[in-house]
Amino acid sequence: MKQSLQNFKDSYLFYSFKRDKIAIISFAILLVLVVLSFSAPLIAPYNPYDAESIDIMNSEMPPAWMEDGSSEFLLGTDQQGRDLVSTMMYGMRLSILIGLGAVMLQAVIGISVGLIAGYLGGRLDNFLMRLADIQLSFATMLVAILVSAIFQTMFGASRYNELAVPLLVIIIGIAEWPQYARTVRASVLGEKGKEYVEAAKVVGLSKVRIMFRHILPNTMSSVLVISTVQVANAVMSEAALSFLGLGMPVNRPSLGSLINAGFEYIFSGAWWITLFPGIFLVLLVLVINLLGDWLRDVLNPKLYKG
Amino acid sequence: MEPILDIKNLDVKFALRTGEVTAIDNLNLSLNKGERLGIVGESGAGKSVLGFSIINLIRKPGFIGNGSIDFRGKQISTYSEEQIRNIRGNRISMIFQDPMMALNPVLTIGTQMTEAIFAHMDVSQEEAERIALEKLAKVHIPAPEKRLNQYPHEFSGGMRQRIIIAISLLTSPDLIIADEPTTALDVTIQAEIMDLLIELCESEGMSLILITHDLGVVSEVTERIAVMYAGRVIESGPTEAIIKNPQHPYTQGLIKALPESRKPGEPLYQIPGMMPTLTDIPPGCAFNPRCPMRGDICMTKRPEAAFADEKTGHMAACHLVSGDLAS
Repeated sequence: MKQSLQNFKDSYLFYSFKRDKIAIISFAILLVLVVLSFSAPLIAPYNPYDAESIDIMNSEMPPAWMEDGSSEFLLGTDQQGRDLVSTMMYGMRLSILIGLGAVMLQAVIGISVGLIAGYLGGRLDNFLMRLADIQLSFATMLVAILVSAIFQTMFGASRYNELAVPLLVIIIGIAEWPQYARTVRASVLGEKGKEYVEAAKVVGLSKVRIMFRHILPNTMSSVLVISTVQVANAVMSEAALSFLGLGMPVNRPSLGSLINAGFEYIFSGAWWITLFPGIFLVLLVLVINLLGDWLRDVLNPKLYKG
Repeated sequence: MEPILDIKNLDVKFALRTGEVTAIDNLNLSLNKGERLGIVGESGAGKSVLGFSIINLIRKPGFIGNGSIDFRGKQISTYSEEQIRNIRGNRISMIFQDPMMALNPVLTIGTQMTEAIFAHMDVSQEEAERIALEKLAKVHIPAPEKRLNQYPHEFSGGMRQRIIIAISLLTSPDLIIADEPTTALDVTIQAEIMDLLIELCESEGMSLILITHDLGVVSEVTERIAVMYAGRVIESGPTEAIIKNPQHPYTQGLIKALPESRKPGEPLYQIPGMMPTLTDIPPGCAFNPRCPMRGDICMTKRPEAAFADEKTGHMAACHLVSGDLAS
């Protein structure tokens, strides 16, 4: 353990991280956001899921520094009287969870398909890649709207509210797997001609072993890079779906549904309900993307920044 | 004595869009237990294709047309993928040309070695590591315990080739096919690796097929040589006989082309012309356009292998040897 920590400290990854201010700042912000959102039940001043603690009389209170603000609610309250700070912390936790879950699903499907298509080639490759093309030609939103609309009418809104998180993970996961499949397939095509693959065949290893044990680790740098981008995308997709009212329900708001909920009140002057979740969403997506950029530069030394 | 490997009338063809080309044409070869055979020839003569066809790993669109490959009395050329995997890497190992490329850069040496063991043997992790250490010691890698956890980039070229040889030894195979194992290494390392191969063959009783274009290397290591040209074996026999008394004009040319046969300052000899492409093999003897002793019969009739010396088994496929053409 100590040895691997030392290895990490000596690694080029850590070295270039230390020298990149943007990466350090992004990582720090991301860390703060993640810690804040995942420790929400411990540190949030209120529990927005607890209907008992919500007082409708507190609704639409402006941030504390404004005239009608109360020191009890730092960033004000939403239309239901929930403390915005707490609601956002809980909401961000949902956004990150859904984003990570969706990306994991994408990765599992996409990497398997990409490996199989790239390594086995031939008709199977054609079939799988055309499947990916078809999937990509349906916009993510379209698929998501379709699936969640069908689900809501079939099982009713209350059932939907219970299953919203896994459902969103599956929808976003399925809509975006071709990104992984294509990237992995391209890397596999480059790797499979290399001599170590031939050597693995000569040793008598099975195809599955060669694919997952030998080729997959060699495609990991591109997988890592698209993973960061895809997490940001998935968080965005979730927010967009929630904004359209097809994502997280109002009683368990994610950042997107908070923005949506506040949007109705923006003209009545309650701008904070939309603005603050918006800022945090932008911040979250931005730092993930910046980290992804940095990672791409580090893992791909051929791409020099001018 | 029963040969360990017996190749009879082997044809290897490649199905191209323009038709089939024959990469290996009616090849006969046999190898005894513990024997070291060199396969020599220019690039494109079919040496590597032969190596790959023995373990049934010819890349598409290549395939084995006719003939049979028998290994320890079993015809392995008709084996299914499943069956051949038990032979490949287990009873027959292969060593590649470029040690820089043949190891997976992201896995430790230990992982790659134990994995090869698990593919063929039902042993525990500790036992696998013990075997790996033993083989690393056998190829003279210092401090193998430490080396097991290192990655390929932490080794020099010669060390890596040793590791590759160690991997090929893991299952104590009966036959090792070494496809230009020292081409990517410098001369001193080359000698070390060759000495190592000889030593291992003698101590383990393994047979070796050494594929190379370097006659010098072959003459040091092997007991018999087969010279290939355009997919055919044109001369075969004991190493000494072939080096000292080559019968085929092509072999004579190869030996004449060795730098040792020249004085300093003198330009090196080279065989004029190029080896024909497989789609365009001349009628008669494939070597006839480049042959200094060509006669009329060479343009029309393909020479069959004939004994130059029946006692030693020295054979050559040349009209000069069969007596159809007066020298």
